[in-house]
Amino acid sequence: MNCIIVDDEATARAIVEKLCNQFSELDLIDQFDNAIDAIKFLNQHQIDVIFLDIHMPGFSGIDFVQTLKNPPKIVLTTSDTDFAIAAYEYEAIVDYLVKPISADRFEKSIQKIKNTSIHIPVESNLNPRSDATNGDLYINIDRRLIKLKLHEILIIEAQGDYIVIKTTKTNYRVHTTLKKIKEKLPNKTFLQIHRSYIINFTKIIDIEDNSVLIEKSVIPISRSNRPELMRRLNLL
Amino acid sequence: MEQPNLNYIKELAGGDKEFELNFIQILKNELPVEVEQYSNYILNDELELASTVVHKLKHKFNILSMENAYSYAVKYEEELKQGITEMDSEFKLILNQVLEYLTTL
Repeated sequence: MNCIIVDDEATARAIVEKLCNQFSELDLIDQFDNAIDAIKFLNQHQIDVIFLDIHMPGFSGIDFVQTLKNPPKIVLTTSDTDFAIAAYEYEAIVDYLVKPISADRFEKSIQKIKNTSIHIPVESNLNPRSDATNGDLYINIDRRLIKLKLHEILIIEAQGDYIVIKTTKTNYRVHTTLKKIKEKLPNKTFLQIHRSYIINFTKIIDIEDNSVLIEKSVIPISRSNRPELMRRLNLL
Repeated sequence: MEQPNLNYIKELAGGDKEFELNFIQILKNELPVEVEQYSNYILNDELELASTVVHKLKHKFNILSMENAYSYAVKYEEELKQGITEMDSEFKLILNQVLEYLTTL
């Protein structure tokens, strides 16, 4: 199992690294001292397990879990037990380790990881309809037309035969293509920045190298789409 | 006052001396930085930030098998979140003790 460690404390990372090295089934690929770098890494790499600290400055472990689109199995690590109940509300979180972690407890966690499967439900299907003139977009989910406010849409991501529409309130999974929904969206607000992503241009927090930050999601920018993005920026 | 020790680190190392030495060096590098951060936050009355550093320091107390210091830090972290700094003096004594211990390693 490929795994990574996300923890802002070097001592904590060293402990988990040592424990990982004691189990041949774990292949520690990388480690990160902040969540943003880890998210960027996860956008490009397939990982099976994340050992994740809850308490990190600016962007907590729980924030991190909420940001992940298709999360791998997650083992939380922390110095206190306050978050235990909240942690298990997320299906991807398979265990919760209190620091300092003992080898015995870590071994039990590995067993839990092996014995747990994650089911990510498909939420909806069919085609989006829109009324862009009113600032609304209707999507068909389980034979119900659900109205989305365009200004509440943050990101739209292609996932195979589906798209995931991430809004300020929740996410919707719709059976359609990025190309089709793009035709329904106003050009002045929405921009495709990658073959798998359309973003609400007005929701960008910052742009760094080849990615943009929208809320807590880091979205890659493809080389071919970058000039259009830069052209639209009100650069000083 | 309880004495810090390396029992946890030695158990984790399982005889791996290289790991033990590397880990102690990481601790020696990281802990003084956090202590300084804590002092600065207290000095500048940035108590919420001070509480986040206390949170990290309590993990170090655990690593050094300092159960009483850990319990003290747990309580102090909560007090700082409420803007109370009365435990600061005692906490700094614990920090000084730990820093002094690290110089012996």
